[in-house]
Amino acid sequence: MKAKVIVMPKQSILDPQGVAVRDAVQHHGLPAVKAVRVGKMIEMELDGAFSEDQLHEICRDLLSNPVIEDYQLIVE
Amino acid sequence: MKAAVLRFPGSNCDQDAHLALRESGVDVDYVWHKDTSLGGADLIVVPGGFSYGDYLRCGAIARFSPIMPAVKDAAKGGALVLGICNGFQILCEAGLLPGALIRNRDLHFICEHVRVRVENYETPWTNAAVTGSVLRIPIAHGEGSYTADDATLRDLNRNRQILLRYVDARGAVSPEANPNGSLENIAGICNAARNVFGLMPHPERACDPRLGSADGRIIFQSVLTHLGVRAAA
Repeated sequence: MKAKVIVMPKQSILDPQGVAVRDAVQHHGLPAVKAVRVGKMIEMELDGAFSEDQLHEICRDLLSNPVIEDYQLIVE
Repeated sequence: MKAAVLRFPGSNCDQDAHLALRESGVDVDYVWHKDTSLGGADLIVVPGGFSYGDYLRCGAIARFSPIMPAVKDAAKGGALVLGICNGFQILCEAGLLPGALIRNRDLHFICEHVRVRVENYETPWTNAAVTGSVLRIPIAHGEGSYTADDATLRDLNRNRQILLRYVDARGAVSPEANPNGSLENIAGICNAARNVFGLMPHPERACDPRLGSADGRIIFQSVLTHLGVRAAA
């Protein structure tokens, strides 16, 4: 089983990396791209007993910082 | 008084902090991150560096080190806890200080002397200064942009927990004087109880005029004064 965690900077938080990437994308001839935000994806392989609550706990406590980031958990 | 300087894999300002304290006449020991006791230290320094390679987020993994429960207990018990640079990031991740530090506004790693203004001298960390006095201290970080939600920021201001702000040569808070995009030019904050202090500038690197500035001594002098210790001449 696999769990994917997508971690993104909160909307209210300035994402200077996203701004730099947006500028580069526009510079590469794609002015239609108006905004870019850069986050990360964490993939975990699971084998054995676990609960979704435990996964959410690890997402909140370790994999993301709720002060600045939101996460989305996808269990496949 | 006794001080402890924590060491994580990737800490690189531990020796500077140790030296700065030793030269102030403080009995100081290193404490490895896998230890679980701080040996009754009155002052705990979480030094700068790149703990755990800054993997995941700066300070995110160090926060779960075996020594951290002891640091939290000590903070709860009133011991002084000082987080410098990566140490500040660790204390925020650990929830000992509010807010977070994110990528610098211009994405660059910045290594230069900056000016910071003391915003509140009635603390264990700044009592040797005068409110409004400006210190010249170096910064060296890629993720030093302080951020917090509006409610947190309001509380920080109301409780006078913002101890240092980046300022220009005239001592004024201005966008140009803000090296990294920190909210309200914040360079250092303390907790509501005043015993936990985190700052991005490196006072331990500014303790000898031969290195460009000795203004960092004011922070260590304040701690000694607070703890009732006379500093070595």
